[in-house]
Amino acid sequence: MNIFVILKRTFDTEEKIQIENSEIVDDGAEFIINPYDEYAIEEAIQLREEHGGEVTLITVGDEESEKQLRTGLAMGADKAVLIENEEIEDGDPFSTEALLGAYFQEKEIDIILGGNVAVDGGSGQVGPRLAEKLGINHVSSIVKIEIENGKATIERDVEGDQVTVEVSLPILVTAQQGLNEPRYPSLPGIMKAKKKPLEELDLDDLDLEEEDVEGKTKTVDRYLPPEKKAGKILEGDLDDQVKELVSLLKSEAKVI
Amino acid sequence: MDFTFTKEQEMIREMVRDFANKEIAPIAEEIDRTERFPIESFKRMGELGLLGIPFPEEYGGSGGDTISYILAVEEIGKACGSTGLSYAAAVSLGASPIYYFGTEEQKEKYLVPLAKGESLGAFGLTEPNAGSDAGGTRTKAVLSSDHYLINGEKCWITNASFARTVIVTALNGTDDRGKKKISAFIVPTDCNGLTIRSEYEKMGVRGSNTTEIVLEDVKVPKENLLGDPSKGFGQFLYTLDGGRISIAALAVGIGKAAYEAALAYSKERKQFGKYIGSFQAIQFKLADMAMELELAQNMVYKAAWLKDEGKPFKREAAFAKLFASEAAMRICNQAIQIHGGYGYMREYHVERFLRDAKLLEIGEGTSEIQRMVIAREIGCPK
Repeated sequence: MNIFVILKRTFDTEEKIQIENSEIVDDGAEFIINPYDEYAIEEAIQLREEHGGEVTLITVGDEESEKQLRTGLAMGADKAVLIENEEIEDGDPFSTEALLGAYFQEKEIDIILGGNVAVDGGSGQVGPRLAEKLGINHVSSIVKIEIENGKATIERDVEGDQVTVEVSLPILVTAQQGLNEPRYPSLPGIMKAKKKPLEELDLDDLDLEEEDVEGKTKTVDRYLPPEKKAGKILEGDLDDQVKELVSLLKSEAKVI
Repeated sequence: MDFTFTKEQEMIREMVRDFANKEIAPIAEEIDRTERFPIESFKRMGELGLLGIPFPEEYGGSGGDTISYILAVEEIGKACGSTGLSYAAAVSLGASPIYYFGTEEQKEKYLVPLAKGESLGAFGLTEPNAGSDAGGTRTKAVLSSDHYLINGEKCWITNASFARTVIVTALNGTDDRGKKKISAFIVPTDCNGLTIRSEYEKMGVRGSNTTEIVLEDVKVPKENLLGDPSKGFGQFLYTLDGGRISIAALAVGIGKAAYEAALAYSKERKQFGKYIGSFQAIQFKLADMAMELELAQNMVYKAAWLKDEGKPFKREAAFAKLFASEAAMRICNQAIQIHGGYGYMREYHVERFLRDAKLLEIGEGTSEIQRMVIAREIGCPK
């Protein structure tokens, strides 16, 4: 099987996020593989272990993304492609879709896996957009997948419930938490990853012009949510408490 | 000069950190309290290739360097001092001497299972009357036809209850000038006459396995002699130098755990209407802790780098071990102080960090021995 994984390098959102002049300050931040994309890599490796074939990782990003690709190779993927987007101004999900679309144009695809959403931008658009562009089926938020005779039986998460769908290959799926437990890259895996092929591509290699990939959206402002204030515990007679609560909801919280 | 880690080193550090946070840190308190050796952690570490980081693939290792190994010790030690100590002893003391001094057959037979984590390594040097003063060694090996007969007693030997083989040092006759010779032997733990007991009640690193080994007429084949007998004990000092870097890394790990706990606490705890971290008294403590950690870390990495470059590192390893272990004690002590009464309670972990850190000023050469090594290295008169 020709298995592809689209992944993104993101900063670790478990760390404190700082914003200065509407830009996220990322010096000193830890960078990781987007956690949902990690599920995708794990599933891709498991599919290869079951059906054979090859797992190729693709990312759109800067030079630094090589580390995340190498980590995926260390987990067990076979090769990796880094599509550089440094020349692109105001890149957005459309830009990523355009770059990936160009890359996949000539490829024989059985399945493309990605994360449900990236924890930084959080658009959740790249996967479905790419499937649309390539004209293949897509299923998002999957928690289980089995492939047999060119068909995939997939369980997808729908607001906490599950729906089972059957789709014919080729497909693009995006991973939801619960799909699997990603393995650690083993030490020998890390050492071997150094020798696995990693191809770097830019706009020229993909036969694209800058305007083909320019973002369609504009960021107007970026700010942190307001800090959560300490709660208030009402005291006294139950009836008075209810009255006070209602008046506070009206006057202070302004929700009713 | 370039202070950056390679991509592999960073990936190894991240993998180990991830693993240690998820699988080692959660049981650290329990294994300390119950004095239980976490054999399951070592099985997982074996599967992930951590026990073979600095050994080549042909011997079951991962083909990494000393720096990668040191980063792994630091991360594991940060999650759990007991596990970190057993890990460092398994690799630096148990497996490394076989890699450095073993014959091809010895490496195939004894290093491979250690590097793969199928068995843990142990190094039996210390005796009731001899440690850094190797001259006090009483354990004796006598050659008779095709085997050695070993008699003696070893104490405070890490990991031996979980080892298939232990390396034991013993007197092995005299050299041409009539001086006592000390050799090392690979002793299978299922030999008749070998008793391993782990009955010590320790102050810290209580989850690590510490044993007493008694050898009574233990018969080992002649080919189990490790290293060149004519070179005597001197060759094993290289092993100890390497071990010191790993103990220093462990000190950095434990120190970091204490510092991070104290810094976090200083941002949560309010007194007199303010976070205690806003008081200069607390800030100065935290500033010193951060500085000492960075200095210790730089020394540890430099010593490891020198070793990887094949350059002499004896002096730097002693610097690293001495400074990092003493800094870790200061840091853990202040971390408890910052926590106040809570810090004295088990629940807040920092008291465990202090108990674990104390060992590092003692094990693998006390701070005083490190100063002696340094004094010799800088050319003080004898």
